[in-house]
Amino acid sequence: MNWFKYAAPSSFYFLAGKMIPIFAVLAAVSFAVGLYVGFFVAPTDHQQGEAYRIIFIHVPAAWLSMFLYLIMAFWAGIGWAFNTRLSSMMATAIAPTGAMFTFLALWSGALWGKPMWGAWWVWDARLTSELILLFLYIGFMSLQAAIDDPRRADKAGALLALVGAINVPIIYFSVKWWNTLHQGASVSLTKAPAMAATMLNGMLIMSLACWMYAIAVILMRVRAIILERERHTAWVGEIKK
Amino acid sequence: MNWNSAAEFFAMGGYGFYVWGSYLVALVCIVGEIALVKNRQRTSFKQLGLTRHPDGDV
Repeated sequence: MNWFKYAAPSSFYFLAGKMIPIFAVLAAVSFAVGLYVGFFVAPTDHQQGEAYRIIFIHVPAAWLSMFLYLIMAFWAGIGWAFNTRLSSMMATAIAPTGAMFTFLALWSGALWGKPMWGAWWVWDARLTSELILLFLYIGFMSLQAAIDDPRRADKAGALLALVGAINVPIIYFSVKWWNTLHQGASVSLTKAPAMAATMLNGMLIMSLACWMYAIAVILMRVRAIILERERHTAWVGEIKK
Repeated sequence: MNWNSAAEFFAMGGYGFYVWGSYLVALVCIVGEIALVKNRQRTSFKQLGLTRHPDGDV
């Protein structure tokens, strides 16, 4: 199979169309299972009571906000370096979903912080760097929207995305590098998870669900972007017939 | 099973506002994003003079 075939927007457009329903179904099923495990299987936390159940949306949203940023920066960089149109369109399609998950991480964090810390918001390293991530997404989208020529918009966006990528490790390690109110990582590759197995499972299934959702909605958006940008090409002319 | 009644479930041990406030807003964001993307897709079809896409309306 020639994978580079799908680097062409014209072939990827139809491949994406076939993939969207699959990811949408996977998202719906894993959201249902994840919420069931999170609310009905996972036990009450002995310290935080039921408030901890915010974790099943908070942590997946926060993970996605960081992962999606890195993937966005990666595609923006590839598009800039190799002048591949689809890569840049991919970066543009990822930004709003990344911003949405960043907002959700901040929002659910505020609603978790209030009952546990007594404050909706504190200017600590973890929260502040996550807020900067939201501004980076918004900056990327505004910058691209402000430039009329799509290829120039791609390049300007790529520069911003790549420079901003330094913020992601800062978010991730902020709880280690600085004294912060935010708790440390509950899950890491080197240690056993610091929580009950069912809690961890709920979180992982919800993360999977968020991934599947993100892929489905990003593919939908990239298809719209492909049509917007390629409307004067011959292959789009073929669709019209 | 964690809950003895629906009321207990919605109360979330007194944290209902915070827990449901998080999940409700997440739901609104997801539904809203899907609506926005669908709308963008429809607009791009219209620009091409299509009402519906030949390979499905997604």
